[in-house]
Amino acid sequence: MSDRKNTAQADLTLGEVLRKRGISRRSFLKFCAATASMMAMPPSMVPAIAAALEKARRPSVIWLSFQECTGCTESLTRSHSTTIESLIFDHISLDYHHTLQAAAGTHAEAARIASMEENFGKYLLIVDGSIPMGNPGYSTIAGVSNHDMLMETAKGAAAVIAVGTCAAYGGIPHADPNPTGAVSVGDLIKDKPIINVPGCPPIPVVITGVLTHFLTFGELPELDHIGRPMAFYGKSIHDRCYRRPFYDKGLFAETFDDEGAKKGWCLYKLGCKGPTTYNACATTKWNDGTSFPIEAGHPCLGCSEPDFWDGGGFYKALSMPTENITQNIIYAAAGAAAAGVAVGALNRAKKSKAQATHQKVKLEDLNK
Amino acid sequence: MKQSIVSPQFNIQVENVMTWNVKPLLHEIRHSLNRLIETGESSVIDLRSIPLAPGEEEKILTALGRGELRAELDALGKSEIIETQYAGVWLISHYNENEEIIGRFIEVTVMPDILCSQSADMIDASQRLAEALQDTGGNNEGG
Repeated sequence: MSDRKNTAQADLTLGEVLRKRGISRRSFLKFCAATASMMAMPPSMVPAIAAALEKARRPSVIWLSFQECTGCTESLTRSHSTTIESLIFDHISLDYHHTLQAAAGTHAEAARIASMEENFGKYLLIVDGSIPMGNPGYSTIAGVSNHDMLMETAKGAAAVIAVGTCAAYGGIPHADPNPTGAVSVGDLIKDKPIINVPGCPPIPVVITGVLTHFLTFGELPELDHIGRPMAFYGKSIHDRCYRRPFYDKGLFAETFDDEGAKKGWCLYKLGCKGPTTYNACATTKWNDGTSFPIEAGHPCLGCSEPDFWDGGGFYKALSMPTENITQNIIYAAAGAAAAGVAVGALNRAKKSKAQATHQKVKLEDLNK
Repeated sequence: MKQSIVSPQFNIQVENVMTWNVKPLLHEIRHSLNRLIETGESSVIDLRSIPLAPGEEEKILTALGRGELRAELDALGKSEIIETQYAGVWLISHYNENEEIIGRFIEVTVMPDILCSQSADMIDASQRLAEALQDTGGNNEGG
């Protein structure tokens, strides 16, 4: 974590920091080319990126983690392009982050308050995780409810970046029946610019790419209708999928082990959500550009879309009905009967409702 | 140095023909080359932005082959700059300090910018040279 009190460093632009470290202009151009690629910008933008990065100043960043699994932070910190990341993260002042900070308890909270006061109106607030509204006790930090901490910290933020599907759209905590009353950042913050960076987790370079965009140009990137940066979420997985030519030719894998699956044909009939999912997986890929779920032979789950957990069966093709009404009635009856032994009438009703609305995937579904 | 990131040992096998994403890209390179010849306009293709099946990046690199010139840059990790067998078509691969690839571009140009000496570096070099001469100035004059 960078030293926030090093104000001399904070006043330098990125160009000055790099020159001080003896990094040549040629290295800087290489850095800019890799950064443009990371931000999913055309290579023709490299001169503009170089000019902007040269003048970029070091912003303060506060990162709040609410109802989350730390997968988003893992994704970010396990990203491999160490040169680029270290340059960028040396250049932001990450003043508060539960997982990464050394400070604990009152010292940690004091760092957050101090950073908010010093940089009021200028700091960047990053949030991962959803916010429980059912009972504040479901998730607290230093005795403060997630809701209160978010509202307090957002007041002085220049912008809020919701990292991960939980922060952007509620995600898994929000999945039916949403026991904690989980809501997204955008449900609560209405008076600040919000950038949604969904994904479960988001691709590391998408997180750093969005941060870099803000750092580089000092403004928000172009967003789609649900607040996602167009550069990464502008095209569907399906449109950018290397298996798209198979779809166009009507060549589909029908099961996970048939000839079509072995030949790498389109996974549409196995429930791929690529056509309705907008993300950069198909080109940016995962694990240092090695692969992505479809390349590994599994359909896209649609993790960067709102309500992806409740979007019907993961293995049901998009054009097939996602709810099998007859089956649901059977599940509901079975659920009610089993639950009736242990719980009261009210809970029974709740549970059977949950059973009815959840999709169950059976072996026959997979073999369809 | 790692040659490629897209060829893990266990891959889904695709049919062993010129796969569907390779040929369009090669055509695009041909059009870019014609544009360079006719108007002098350079083009850059970011290979990370192109959807490619397992093995297709290798197929593209094999199709382009290696030409007469290869340069290695040592700046924030290595970079390899090669002219392919097609003059004017360059392949630039940037690696970080852990030799992981951080960018791969096909540049259709007379000379990739990154090979040229940069004016900021030349100004800095001139100063350093002057300082070096100043430090050793007495000795040289004596000789």
